[in-house]
Amino acid sequence: MEILIKFLVAAVGAGTPLLFGTVGEILTEKTGHLNLGVEGMMSIGACVGFMVGYYTDNFALAILASAAAGAFSALIYAVLTVTFMANQNVTGLTLTIFGIGFANFIGIFILNKTPEGTLKLPENITAAMRGISISGLSELPVVGELLFSYSPFVYIGIIIACISAWYLNHTKAGLNLKAVGENPGAADAAGIKVTSVKYRNIILGGAICGIGGVYCSMIINGGVWISNNVGGLGWIAVALVIFANWQPAYAILGSFVFGALRVLKYYIPQSVLPFPIAFYDMLPFLITALVLVISSMRKSGRINLPAALGLNYFREER
Amino acid sequence: MSKTTDNRQTEPFARIVKRAELPAGKIILLRLWAVLLSLIAGGVFIACVGQNPFIIYGTIISGAFRSVMAFQGTVKVMIPLLISSLGVTLAFKMKFWNIGAEGQIIFGATCATFFALFFSGINHVLLVIIMFLAGFIGGGLWGLLPAIFKVKYDTNETLFTLMLNYIALHIVSYLRDGPWMDPSSQGFPKIARFDKNASLDKLFGIQFGWLIALVLVVLIFVYIKYTKQGYEISVVGESQDTARYAGMNVKMIVLRTMFLSGGICGMAGMIQATGSDITLTTSVAGGVGFTAIIVAWLAQLNPFAILLVSFLFSVLEKGSSVVQSNFGLSTDCADVLQGIILFFILGCEFFIRYRFLFRKGTHKAEKEG
Repeated sequence: MEILIKFLVAAVGAGTPLLFGTVGEILTEKTGHLNLGVEGMMSIGACVGFMVGYYTDNFALAILASAAAGAFSALIYAVLTVTFMANQNVTGLTLTIFGIGFANFIGIFILNKTPEGTLKLPENITAAMRGISISGLSELPVVGELLFSYSPFVYIGIIIACISAWYLNHTKAGLNLKAVGENPGAADAAGIKVTSVKYRNIILGGAICGIGGVYCSMIINGGVWISNNVGGLGWIAVALVIFANWQPAYAILGSFVFGALRVLKYYIPQSVLPFPIAFYDMLPFLITALVLVISSMRKSGRINLPAALGLNYFREER
Repeated sequence: MSKTTDNRQTEPFARIVKRAELPAGKIILLRLWAVLLSLIAGGVFIACVGQNPFIIYGTIISGAFRSVMAFQGTVKVMIPLLISSLGVTLAFKMKFWNIGAEGQIIFGATCATFFALFFSGINHVLLVIIMFLAGFIGGGLWGLLPAIFKVKYDTNETLFTLMLNYIALHIVSYLRDGPWMDPSSQGFPKIARFDKNASLDKLFGIQFGWLIALVLVVLIFVYIKYTKQGYEISVVGESQDTARYAGMNVKMIVLRTMFLSGGICGMAGMIQATGSDITLTTSVAGGVGFTAIIVAWLAQLNPFAILLVSFLFSVLEKGSSVVQSNFGLSTDCADVLQGIILFFILGCEFFIRYRFLFRKGTHKAEKEG
């Protein structure tokens, strides 16, 4: 029982960066733009957020900085694909390569300046990211650990996912966004400012991805900077969007399931299932591939796929 | 009169119009401008980290050319990049977003390694040929898999090929930690160095993969431009409906092209493993599969332009390693610069096809037009 609780808690922790990435990418894809730069935006957010945290020792500032960095990198993507109508696949991939390169470069650059030769977050900020404790709630058996013991990131992520779900389905701006993703020509004719809707939501999505990135750099390695700290999570997030059927609420569940897959290897003893470690490392990617295949086999699973996804909108060609 | 003022208020500040096709010279000039601007932007980035951009750029170039050995190193970097760029070109021509070159490189290298490790005793020429075939077929199958699901269920190939990258990577780490672990490494997880018999020969001091790469440039050029199959790829890329209407077997073409595309990437992996690394590591692809996508795109899928761009990128890559040792900037600098260059080229493509009309200029343009 105790090991099960520990496993679930670890799964939620491992799933949180995926949650940010997935929700951010859902908002982006709902504009009709497939941004393959999630990994890059998360890397940039990871780097900028970590460095701001390192120098200011302020948790809130670090998160804001990571969101701003993610937003800025999404802005590059938006300028190129929305205004300049560049190929979305190539632009996104370039953003990923650029973002990972940028993060590693800056990381090593600042690392070389430190006398100790390591980058470790200072005390205040590590204390702020540690699991919360609410007196009276966190001490409860089982429930306390399962619900009230996480790092603030987990709650921020769930809140952002819930707000996004409400935004997409119950606000005028959200419905306009969905209209743009389905048929930008019709949305334009109905008086929706297509370009502005696209810019706003792509940038918003980038900001959310950026926060997911800073989770990777600040939490996963215990507050020590290492290169490639996002390590493919951004790509899993892109795939999770399909798994979540473009619904932020499902993204919560999907992220935690994939988080569970990522930590499985620490909780299944070799004596029970003698799989090699490499197999467990492969598992999230293997399952993602299976999900892709299965969801494409049953067409009903793609009912929420924005109809104009991947197509740039040029007013004079509608 | 009042009508014109009304118009002015509702007219947007700037709008986009398509322009007539530019002459080739102007297009090249625009692209050169984009490259120049990107180098300036890269220079600003370098200046921001406290280095003199002119010195850094100078070091990159001299670092790649300063000696015969440095130049050989540059070519060595270029071989896998050039070959896999040619590989992804075939898929991209068909608008099949194969971003799985990384995985195809790894899997091709893995299949070739099987023969390098366990059949190292047989005749050298025969072994090299077998390894080439193994690399080609291995990479080809790794590319064929997403294509099968694409034609059958319309599975998103971008994400599928991407997941296969990581799956291939972990297959190698499994082999490294288990069945293929070097017994003489005393438990340290690595695959044994290949026998001399199982490694590629050298030609002018560089493994002879460079010759294969150059031959491939010509072959792919001819294949795309002058063969029926190459033509079919372009038609499928332009419009699948047109291809179907013309009686082409679209599914067959997609499968065949992806097998070729993956196979060429697999060969790049085999050449890297048996020619340069002389062993199999998890970093046999080391991001080359992704850089290849940038190279192919920058070169507009033209094999000769790919040769040029991949050479320039190898200069950047090799030069960055010298910058790293001289100035302490990490080699990731090359990725940043490559990203910036492609951002500018992507933006520049817009100005080749479209132009902005500003509110003030509208009247003039209308009068002219």
